[in-house]
Amino acid sequence: MFPVEDDTCVLRLEDVTKVYSGIVAVRHANLALRRGAVNVLVGENGAGKSTLMRIIAGVEKPSLGRILIDGEEVEFHSPADAQRHGIGMVFQELNLFGNLSVAENIFATREIMRGVRGIDHRAQVEKANHFLDKLDAGINAETLVEDLPIGQQQLVEIAKAISLDTRILILDEPTSALSAAEVDVLFKVIGELKAQGVAIVYISHRLEELMRIGDYITVLRDGQITGHAMVRDIDTKWIVRSMIGSDAKDFAKSVDHRLGEEMFRAEDICLPRKTGGLAVDHVSISVRAGEVLGIYGLMGAGRSEFFECVMGQHAHATGSIRVGGVEVADRDTSRRIREGMALIPEDRQREGLVQALSIASNLTLASLDRFVRFGFHIAGEREQSAIQSAIRDLAIKAPNPDFEVTSMSGGNQQKVVIGKALMTEPKVLLMDEPSRGIDVGAKADVFRTMRRLAGEGLAILFSTSDLEEVMALSDRIAVMSNGRLVAVIDRKDATEEMIVKASAEGHKTTRELAQ
Amino acid sequence: MTTATTTPDATDVSSGSVLLTLMKLRTFIALFAVIAFFSIFAPNFLSTANIILMSKHVALNAFLAMGMTFVIITGGIDLSVGSIVGLCGMVAGGLILNGIDLQFGFTVYFNIVEVCLITLAVGVAIGAINGLLITKLNVAPFIATLGTLYVARGFALLSSDGQTFPNLVGKPELATTGFAFLGSGRVLGLPVSIWILIVVALAAAYVAKYTPIGRHIFAVGGNERAARMSGIRVDRVKMFVYMFSGFCAAIVGLVISSELMASHPATGNSFELNAIAAAVLGGTSMSGGRGTIGGTIIGAFVIGILSDGLVMMGISSFWQMVIKGIVIIVAVVVDQAQRRLQQQVTLMQLAKKG
Repeated sequence: MFPVEDDTCVLRLEDVTKVYSGIVAVRHANLALRRGAVNVLVGENGAGKSTLMRIIAGVEKPSLGRILIDGEEVEFHSPADAQRHGIGMVFQELNLFGNLSVAENIFATREIMRGVRGIDHRAQVEKANHFLDKLDAGINAETLVEDLPIGQQQLVEIAKAISLDTRILILDEPTSALSAAEVDVLFKVIGELKAQGVAIVYISHRLEELMRIGDYITVLRDGQITGHAMVRDIDTKWIVRSMIGSDAKDFAKSVDHRLGEEMFRAEDICLPRKTGGLAVDHVSISVRAGEVLGIYGLMGAGRSEFFECVMGQHAHATGSIRVGGVEVADRDTSRRIREGMALIPEDRQREGLVQALSIASNLTLASLDRFVRFGFHIAGEREQSAIQSAIRDLAIKAPNPDFEVTSMSGGNQQKVVIGKALMTEPKVLLMDEPSRGIDVGAKADVFRTMRRLAGEGLAILFSTSDLEEVMALSDRIAVMSNGRLVAVIDRKDATEEMIVKASAEGHKTTRELAQ
Repeated sequence: MTTATTTPDATDVSSGSVLLTLMKLRTFIALFAVIAFFSIFAPNFLSTANIILMSKHVALNAFLAMGMTFVIITGGIDLSVGSIVGLCGMVAGGLILNGIDLQFGFTVYFNIVEVCLITLAVGVAIGAINGLLITKLNVAPFIATLGTLYVARGFALLSSDGQTFPNLVGKPELATTGFAFLGSGRVLGLPVSIWILIVVALAAAYVAKYTPIGRHIFAVGGNERAARMSGIRVDRVKMFVYMFSGFCAAIVGLVISSELMASHPATGNSFELNAIAAAVLGGTSMSGGRGTIGGTIIGAFVIGILSDGLVMMGISSFWQMVIKGIVIIVAVVVDQAQRRLQQQVTLMQLAKKG
């Protein structure tokens, strides 16, 4: 790390650590933000970028360490505190009120008043239009936010942040929903702000974007800052190296077994997006029995949507699915499960578990038909023995299977979701980010289970945005970007750089097409 | 030193779990309390005749409350049951008295068994309409069943122009006699309606605990998305609960008409509120996913005994409403407190384990 002259540094984090109930999200971070420059932050999902920015924006308080603005120590108790110090942030998830107009959103909590006569709507609309014009947004400030497509909503969020007249502007993945032309306008505005001396913090996964706009770059891995440099001194190789590091995680050894016949084939899967375009764009893929296919992609690459299409969650998806060579025509989840497919969803709490039910009931929820006698009676002893064997096989730490499922840790909850899927005796197992939000030990258990299942002849597709994971676990690696399948690479030939490059592919082509 | 610090913790936990057990048994305690109270203060409260009479009152609400329990467990609500009671009573009465006029000089009469089956089918059909509105047309349960509440009541009034169908004794030559058996008949000393309640309650409790559809009802209410992802046919589950609720309401319609030997179109007004109250008192969570048939039956008994007992003590019906309301509110407050305490105890147990 090189020294920073104090006159260019507007905000400095010293030795900042943030701990959430047992998990260290950020560890002893030192970061300096320079005025009149674009400070870029990169790292994998969960590396701690967002946490660090939430600390700066006053959303979270650091557990240890201090924040200095212009050399003076400050403490933020709320986002309003941070705003008072001139810090504005555009969050990754949009924080807009869909039921209010664009102008009302931009001026929320600081409405322009006409004394007792209430809000001066005309002045608000006028001012809002001024900021929107700056962004070439082509949005009328009087439209309702929910009537705008996602990309324009993001522009509204950016206009809101600019209108705050900030000294430090944090943009967390601002381009994830923008078209090529909109990105260009955004970069122009960033350039103007830079010239005015604003310090910009820019978070993105798209390396080419970072190289284009960044001045300084900071790389995070597992909550630690692993690299800091001037953008002009480095290349993408350096970024990937700093992002991934060399210390290996605990991955199960690959078991050698012969791959079987083709077990799963998806052809030409398409899913239209609500806001236009395709969320899943003509994806075709096949997996053999005993094979583990890793699908790598960034957030919003269409991995979850693809899995949902395969499971028949979307009635308007097109394309065909074959399991064991037989076409599966039915478009509803129950039949697809019966045909031998099972999904472990990405969002455990919302889609995986029924929180009010016991561990045991959750495990057998998808496969009750297996335990039924006379067509309607659940045979208790058969269910119990299946539950016991699932708990044993997956090493679920369940003191009593009749306890509510929420009484266990995240890792064990994830094992219950996996157990539920396995009880349907699938031939094809889809796992959407199977290691998200669970601790290291449970991760190792999950990976071991994946290996074992592949050895038993299951076809496994799993998605991840962790490079190391996809490299270590897959027999073949598929990369998705912007809804398209951009590459399928054999594990032997794959390099990390190839994968990272491919994962930005989808965005590049749309940009070229747009121009 | 260590003993000094751990002892209060231990007593804390155990007193917490004692309190928790008490709270879990609250519906039993409430039932016991009302019985004890009225056997002291209301004359003749514990006489056999009175107990049987009260059970007959309670049974009506208990039927509705059971149907309501399943609906609420899926996260819905059924406001139409009171109107279904009224309409089904009119269907039964109309079929016995007038049959179906085919418009060209013929009138079809059904025998009494057929009349009962047709009436039950009408109840199930209205439940099916509720279900279709909610699953296929995506109408919120509150609104859909509010609509059928008005429609069903309107048809009940239209069927007789607001008049009562009196004197449902039927004619022997049409085999329409014997309707009174449902409401005033006895088998082994117990009223027929109580026997029906026992059968339906056992069946419902069995469905809830030992069949896939029962498990699915809880799953849909606990987390609809996860249920869908697990391959549960959520729409079918919802159809089932509303149809079952309609079925229960039809039974009540039959029993009331049979007891009075007459059907009045305004019968069942505001019954749905008593049913919801009984379900909630019995521990059914309005946010879905939690509830038991046994709890609901006990809840229905608490409410029924409370109102009959207050009548016997000669307390004004205005005060009865106030007392009933307070009991319901207290029940829900205790329910919330129990939920919180439960979480604390679970957390403490987890923390103790390490």
